[in-house]
Amino acid sequence: MNHITNIQKFSIHDGDGIRTTVFFKGCPLKCVWCHNPETQRYEREVQFDAAGCQSCGSCVNICTGHALHLENGVPERDKDMCVYCEKCTVYCPKGLREIVGKDYTAAELVKELKKDLMFYEDSGGGVTLSGGEVMTMDKDYITDIVRRLHKEGIDVTIDTCGFAPYENFEAILPYVHTFLYDVKAIDPRLHEEYVGVDNALILDNLVKLARNGARIYIRIPMIRGVSATEENIRATIEFLHENGIAPAQVNLLPYHNTGSHKYAKVGMIYQGEELEAPDDEEMNAYVQMFKDAGFTNTRIGG
Amino acid sequence: MEKRGMNERIQKLREISVTTPVHIDLERARIETEVYKQWEGKVSIPVLRSMSLKEYFSRKTLYLGDGELIIGEKGCDPQASPTFPEICCHSVEDMVIMSERELVSFHTTEEDRRIQAEEIIPFWEGKATRDKVLASMTPEWKKCYGAGIFTEFMEQRGPGHTCGGEQVFTTGYLDYKDQIKEAMDKLDFMNDPEAFDKMEELKAMDIACDAVIILGERYHALALEMAEKETCEQRKAELLQIAANLEVVPKHKPQTFWQALQLYWFTHLGVTTDLNPWDAFSPGRLDQHTIGYYRADVEAGILDEEKALELLECLWVKFYNQPAPVKVGVTLKESSTYTDFANINTGGVTPDGKDGVNEVSYLILDCMDEMKLVQPNSNVTISRKTPQKFLKRACEISRKGWGQPAFYNTEAQIMELINAGKSLEDARRGGSSGCVETGAWGSEAYILTGYLNIPKIFQLTLYNGYDTYSQQQLGLELGYAWDFETYDELWNAFKKQLEYFVNIKIRGNNVIERIFAEYMPTPFLSVVTNDCIQKGKDYNAGGARYNTQFIQGVGIGTVTDCLAAIKYNVFDKQNFTMKELIEAMDHNFEGYDAIFRMVHDNSPKYGNDDDYADDLMKDVFNLYHDTIVGRPNMKGGKYGIDMLPTTCHVYFGDVILATANGRKANVPVSEGISPEKSADTNGPTAVIKSCAKMDHLATSGTLLNQKFTPNVVAGEEGLDHMASLVRSYFAMDGHHIQFNVIDKQTLIDAQNNPEDYKDLIVRVAGYSDFFRNLDKPLQDEIINRTEQSF
Repeated sequence: MNHITNIQKFSIHDGDGIRTTVFFKGCPLKCVWCHNPETQRYEREVQFDAAGCQSCGSCVNICTGHALHLENGVPERDKDMCVYCEKCTVYCPKGLREIVGKDYTAAELVKELKKDLMFYEDSGGGVTLSGGEVMTMDKDYITDIVRRLHKEGIDVTIDTCGFAPYENFEAILPYVHTFLYDVKAIDPRLHEEYVGVDNALILDNLVKLARNGARIYIRIPMIRGVSATEENIRATIEFLHENGIAPAQVNLLPYHNTGSHKYAKVGMIYQGEELEAPDDEEMNAYVQMFKDAGFTNTRIGG
Repeated sequence: MEKRGMNERIQKLREISVTTPVHIDLERARIETEVYKQWEGKVSIPVLRSMSLKEYFSRKTLYLGDGELIIGEKGCDPQASPTFPEICCHSVEDMVIMSERELVSFHTTEEDRRIQAEEIIPFWEGKATRDKVLASMTPEWKKCYGAGIFTEFMEQRGPGHTCGGEQVFTTGYLDYKDQIKEAMDKLDFMNDPEAFDKMEELKAMDIACDAVIILGERYHALALEMAEKETCEQRKAELLQIAANLEVVPKHKPQTFWQALQLYWFTHLGVTTDLNPWDAFSPGRLDQHTIGYYRADVEAGILDEEKALELLECLWVKFYNQPAPVKVGVTLKESSTYTDFANINTGGVTPDGKDGVNEVSYLILDCMDEMKLVQPNSNVTISRKTPQKFLKRACEISRKGWGQPAFYNTEAQIMELINAGKSLEDARRGGSSGCVETGAWGSEAYILTGYLNIPKIFQLTLYNGYDTYSQQQLGLELGYAWDFETYDELWNAFKKQLEYFVNIKIRGNNVIERIFAEYMPTPFLSVVTNDCIQKGKDYNAGGARYNTQFIQGVGIGTVTDCLAAIKYNVFDKQNFTMKELIEAMDHNFEGYDAIFRMVHDNSPKYGNDDDYADDLMKDVFNLYHDTIVGRPNMKGGKYGIDMLPTTCHVYFGDVILATANGRKANVPVSEGISPEKSADTNGPTAVIKSCAKMDHLATSGTLLNQKFTPNVVAGEEGLDHMASLVRSYFAMDGHHIQFNVIDKQTLIDAQNNPEDYKDLIVRVAGYSDFFRNLDKPLQDEIINRTEQSF
């Protein structure tokens, strides 16, 4: 639990200004279009690019926990024996191995995140906690991080799918500047089909957050024929209206498949080959639907 | 080629300027040779120098092109390049090579080569400054120079790197003559043992003033003559106005904006014809120096924004018409460009510390944007007081991807200058010129003397002072890499080697300084540099108010990563032994994949905001700083340091085999203070943080390149992000940052199809250049500079 896959600096598409985004590992959803598959599982993993392997055995020989052995010339890892010492990643002459998931204490993490304070302050940026799903990490750990950042005067944005107990949100609400809140599809069956879970909890949390005064950017991944349909957009607008939710921004994010190459490295298969983004004309039409419904601060990307 | 320029006039002038081939012009050399033949030994050297300038300006071929509003050329026409045989007398073979080489070529004719062989070489061979310099250097110096430990700026050019102060825009040459007369009258022949020398220098300055006045009078006559014959009424009126301007300048203080620019241009011609100083000459704060004229003219109804912009664009063409004097050998390698490093600074603060941005500042940005020329180099100086609108307008031009404007930090420059002993007001009047080096404009001789190859010195430290590239002993014999049992022992050996080579360089510099003081005074530059007249001393002999020499450090990113790779892998983690590392290096890492991966990909690297590596960078920087800064020069001033490379990081990399950080043999070393290429993997904020850990205020200039793909800085938000990066870096005392906004594919395509990308300009180091003018390793280097895309 609580592993971090990446700390990305000069992050300019995950909230306001210049930010640092922390990607936590593990997500309760299984979106077909996920472009960060390495963040789906909660446990640490060793990424391995088998295509370049020369079967030299360096990794096997150096392995601290004797967790590796060659099978048909390819190193196989016994997860239970692996102590994540990183030696195989260092000694692989081709640099094919990488550990996904690093642990930080709250203090260590905040120290790292403070490094770009000067940039946050000048640009109106800050830190974005993302994933995976940050809200499914340990509540006390996340609350500790968020409080520490808040104490340092660093603006915190939470990038979430919303599928987590509301008490996790409640704990950090006073210290969070903005929630980037994904609303993928309103129709529960459609949601379950493409995302793997029912959306009741997600929508319920959204309503509660809004009622408690959270500043929210609604983010919709736009996939033609799935979320990017007139029907879904209309349903989303109706949902927002019915529940009196007034997001500070609505961001329509066109689907892209730049993450598809990452699946093989973590032993997964990409299921989203058929998916595509709407074209510009369609995107503009959806933006217009939101604007016409009173959500004037709607934009493509974000 | 696209047409640029605000109107047809400018488009035509610009087209002539960028399409005319650069060619050698021997008129100056011939006239100078005649003067020397007749007068050498009969008059003092300063007077001889000025007589030569005066004779050239009295007889030289004039050029007044159709449509020109600002007039005057250094040679006979645009892209003509006069030679300076008194500094460097080219052989006939040189003349053939410079003409036939593919890049940065200077066309020479059969007739040129005949004149060189029959008139120039027989007189100058053996007595040019270059010959004097080389004859005076020690064997150690020659070995180091030949092997690429350092370069020598004064080997083929005169000391330069200066920038005009306010006086250049407010003082006519008759006024200077009055000042000279006054100084002569004050000479104390009863008590001052230097009175005679001062008198000779002042006489020379007086003759230099006459020279430029004569040039003005000749152009005046030419303009009148052309107006007489001109049939187009509009052009006739322009020619008459040009003639009217020349009745005022360069003799007197200008009365209008137009005359102020014309006066500057005559001064520019005078400085760059008198000698061939590095970095041509620059107008300093063009915006602040001309704003008074601009506002008065607008008030009087004789000037508007459009007309002022047209005059600026005419001036820009003039700069571009003057290629840098031809270079050969090592000097060509360290500075492989036509660019002559004229640098126009916009913004900053006023001498009393207020925001310096004014109406002309914005016009200069418009001019830069419209003209898209590599000369003059244009930059903006950003202070805490600079309006955000100005900064964002500069970012908007910068993200178009041709490297201009570069961004300089006003407060840092002021602190650097004060730290180097300038008064607050002189510091505010100063800034960066040439590349990034800082000086008190109009009052300082601040001379770049050459680059020091820091990674090569570290490399020699690993091999007992032996240079594996040139295969000779160059350094001290302090042991081989494996003899050092601790990191500290290694470090101490590096320190001794660095001190040893710096001493060789400075000894050489001191001799060269004296050679220029004795044989190559520059009376014209002395006239326009504060205190030379009052002291009766030449710019090259300590006449200026402040006198500074610099040695420019190259490759701090590479050497830091070498130290980090060794400290981390050999001493801390014991991943391999020093012997194994050296063996891998000796084999260019071929067959040593595991060691290569560890040093190249799995070691701490400078540029990632990682204190492990950045602390080592600070050690290297402090060592370099402490070894050089504050040492005396031969003009009563002191040494400073700059961290800039021009194109020298390519040459320096070429003379080093594989290094401990996994850099392969002959690959360029890191440039400026930028990280080693591909070593920075944490994005631009981490690069900036790492760079800011260096104490910029203790230097006289640093250079940081940051490359982006266009999508990173797209839209209004992209401008905000660029502006934030600049502001944040400057808040951390960063000296300079420049952006290359271009995608890698575009560059690769441009390399493969140069014909399709004739207009493509990229930021190289302290300047921009046409991509097609760069040689392949430098092109590769720019392509590979870590591309920041998120």
